[in-house]
Parts: sequence; C-alpha cells; structure tokens
Amino acid sequence: MKFELTRRRFLIGSSVAATGLLTGCDALVENASVNDILQKAEALTMGSQRLLQAHEPLAREFTEADLSPTFKANGTQMPDSEDYARLMEGSFADWRLVVNGMVRTPLSLSLADLKAMPSRTQITRHDCVEGWSAIGKWTGVPLGLVLQKAGLAPGARYAVFYCADEYEKSLDGSGQYYESIDLVDAYHPQTILSYSMNGKDLEVAHGAPLRLRVERQLGYKHAKYLMRIELVDSFKGVWGGKGGFWEDRGYEWYAGI
Amino acid sequence: MTSVTDHEPARPKKILFYRHSFAVRLTHWLNVLCLSFLLMSGLQIFNAHPDLYWGQYGADADHSFISIGAVSDGDTIKGITRVGSISIPTTGVLGASTVDGELTPRAFPSWTTIPSYQDLASGRRWHFFFAWFFVINGFVYLLYGLIAGHFRRDIVPTKDQLTPQHLAHEIGEHARLRFPKGEEARRYNSLQKLTYMAVIFILLPLMVLTGLTMSPGFNSIFPWLLDVFGGRQSARTIHFITASLLVAFVVVHLVMVLVSGVWNNLRSMITGYYGLTVDTDKEAAK
Repeated sequence: MKFELTRRRFLIGSSVAATGLLTGCDALVENASVNDILQKAEALTMGSQRLLQAHEPLAREFTEADLSPTFKANGTQMPDSEDYARLMEGSFADWRLVVNGMVRTPLSLSLADLKAMPSRTQITRHDCVEGWSAIGKWTGVPLGLVLQKAGLAPGARYAVFYCADEYEKSLDGSGQYYESIDLVDAYHPQTILSYSMNGKDLEVAHGAPLRLRVERQLGYKHAKYLMRIELVDSFKGVWGGKGGFWEDRGYEWYAGI
Repeated sequence: MTSVTDHEPARPKKILFYRHSFAVRLTHWLNVLCLSFLLMSGLQIFNAHPDLYWGQYGADADHSFISIGAVSDGDTIKGITRVGSISIPTTGVLGASTVDGELTPRAFPSWTTIPSYQDLASGRRWHFFFAWFFVINGFVYLLYGLIAGHFRRDIVPTKDQLTPQHLAHEIGEHARLRFPKGEEARRYNSLQKLTYMAVIFILLPLMVLTGLTMSPGFNSIFPWLLDVFGGRQSARTIHFITASLLVAFVVVHLVMVLVSGVWNNLRSMITGYYGLTVDTDKEAAK
C-alpha cells in the first residue's frame, strides 16, 4: 500500500514527534544521573572564577549618577510573623544579630553596636538570577570585622545566614529563608552587613534592619532580614542541605554566574 | 546510432573528494548539539524576565528596549512583542501560547524551551553545562583551524574571490539558487566563506563574551568587558540579538544544505567525502 503524506497526516505526525521530543527532553531534565553530570559545570565555573579571582578583585563600583531610579524589591517584601512585626514596631531597638556556631565568642549585636563599628559604603549593581539588574548605594559593616570580633574556631568553613522571613509557607519551617557563603566571600572587603540603602535606613521591602551584600554573586545570595549568623564546617544539616532556600529548590550554591 | 570518433569526447566523471577532516566533522556535530541545547535553555532563562534593556541596569520600572509579554484582552489574553516603540501582536507564539490546552502568558512557547515548563533553575543548569562544552569544543576547533591550516585553506577567501565582479556574479548566482559545479565546487564560494568567517570569528565569540559579561563574578575579573558592551543589561540584549542572528544563520545554512544537494552535503559532513562532477580531459590535463 502506498503511504500518502497528506497535510493531516503530516500535522498529526509532526505533533506526535514534537510531543515525543518534548517529553523526552523533560524526562532528561528530571533524570537524577543527568543532573549529576550537568551539575559538574558548577564546580568548573566556581573553580575557574576563584582561580581568576586569586588577587581578590572588587566588583565594579558606580557613582550616584548611576543609581537606579527605582530599585526593584524582590522576594519577601514584608516578613509575615508576629516576632518581626513586634521588632518593626519598636524600630528594631530590640532586634539583635546573633553570631554563633564555631566561634570563640558568640555575639549578640544591636543595630547601634553594628553602626558603631567601622563602615563601608559602596554603589554596586544587584543582579537577579531572573536577569534584571538594579544599582543601589549600600552602607554597612564589613562581615570580616564581625567575624574577627567573634573569632573563628578551627574548622569553620561557612557562614550560614538565618532570616526572619518565611518565603514559602510550610508546617516544618523549611520555607524559612537562609543562605550561606564560604570564608573567601565572607572576608571579601565588599561583603558587608548593610543597614542603609541609598543614604537612608534600610527599608522593610529591602530587608530591614540588616541584609547581606555579597557583591560578586547573584541576588538570591544577598539574604535579607538577618537574625543570626552561624559558623559551620558544613551546611549539610541545615534544612534541605544545599546551603540556601533557593539552593534547596535547584539553584546553584555558587551564584557567580 | 551514434558515431564513434577516434577521440573520446570529454566525458563528465563523478568523483568523491575528501572535503571535511575528522576534526571539522566532529566539532561541527558537537557544536550542533551544544547550540541546540544552549538555545532552548537560553529561551527558558529569557522567559524568567522577558524584557531587554540598554545600559548598566534595568528592571521592571525601567524602560525596556525589547519586551515579549501578555496583556489582558477581555476574558482572554493577547501576546504582544514590542521592539522600541513598535508593538506587534504575536498571540499563540510569543507572549501568550498554549500550555495544557490553555492560552497562558509565556514569552517563548513551551516547544522552544528546555524543560518545556517554566523552570529557571534547570534552564540555567543546562545552559552553563553546554556553555562549557561549547567553549571547549570551540577552542579545539580554533586550535585545529589555525594549526592545520583549515582557516587559511578553506575559510579565508582567496584574492580572486574578493573582486567586485566575482562577488556580484556570486550574489546573482545565489539569488537564482545556482551553485558552483565541477572544479569550482572544490572550495567554498566567497559568500559562504564570508558568512562562515562572520559566524566563527564574530558571532560565536560575541555569544561567549556577552554571556560572561552577565556574570557578576566574571565582572570583577574582567571589568573592561562591561565598558566594551556598555553594561550588563546591554550585554544581555546583545547576547539575545546575536543568538537571533545565529538562528537566522542556521535557517539559511539548512536551506542551502537542502537546495545544494542534501545527501551529498550530509555525506560530506559525516564521512568527509563530497561528490562532484569533473571533466575527464581536464582531469587528464592536470
């Protein structure tokens, strides 16, 4: 029998083929061993960037003229908890930043304590993983100075940042926002705990009273609403074990690209 | 029926000649694989923020230069693609397309992205894996091209191919879809060579450099790239436009492969051997 390729058959055939290809691609995306292979690229990216960053270069700093007219607020814009509401009502006078874990002297710092420490002001670009960028002016305490004050215990490798906001509602608290960076980024001069944006106290939408700035990485690393910094030798035991809220949901821990 | 003469007339003879080296064939097909996945994962990433800006910064409140979005239209939605101040309705393909039987806001449709559904984290994972693969493959090709003389021999046009008369002749021939035959088919024609040069030495390196300019980590290493492209958001826009030019190149490339002898072209890029017809007396005179 002769097979005639009619328009109808062609359309059916090509849509079946296209659906097959698509489901095939989606199955590959969801395949665990495929993901293991693809994830190797993250180590390659981090390794090569760290190699080329051996001289500790700074992220570009801009001028006042370059500031974004509107700095987009992203992620949580108002933490939904009674504790946070109470702190906010008291203008964060009762708020404390706890620094603990693998440190010699655990700290509990008020906003006034942090503001009394040496500060750094920088006008930098914030890059969201989605693709947009905004330029803002940040003032805060270099994280390195806070870590120096606490004194790291031997074996400490990462700083884990616990936030006041629950970005995804959950029963077990696994939707709580958190982040982590290693000591290379923690001691970088532009890594600051920022309490001021564009010359004013940090707004709630941008993470009041304190947020992290880790300028050579993407926006999701810049944890807002900081409550506690814990020094650890591994973040495997924290929530999903991948080192951050978005990392637990499939994003790279090293967000330099 | 026919009279036999003393001299055999020049009879066209089919020969196979070795056109593509193993290195060229291998890097070509790996490049096909890389660019396919880079395009589909790139569109997935684009869909996370389907607006392109010019300059150092750009977000929702800033003026975008290209935008692919959806607007509500009564009970339903309309896809709108805007370039500068020109808006074009693109419902069904760009801005709004069918997902599970329902018209949904989506910059690029699900059949163009990997995965087919919205998943930025997976899109990035695929994009960066194949970006590394592409860069390594590209370096192998560039090294081979330089060392083995592939660029000098096959890609750079010769003097006689660059005369205005020759170029005008080739443009005319291309417009009629007539391609060089016989001895002349042993080498790429000048339009082909110039196009390949633009792709190899301009478009593909531009993809890598604009891609790297979007990386905040890389910005601290080579900040001058930000000045070259006029900022991270400009680099993102150039990345998108260059990718579009590459897609246009691939479309034309495939059409040319089809109309200039699809089996012969495919065989040469798989086995290396390209068939052509030569005059036997010319062959003998050589």
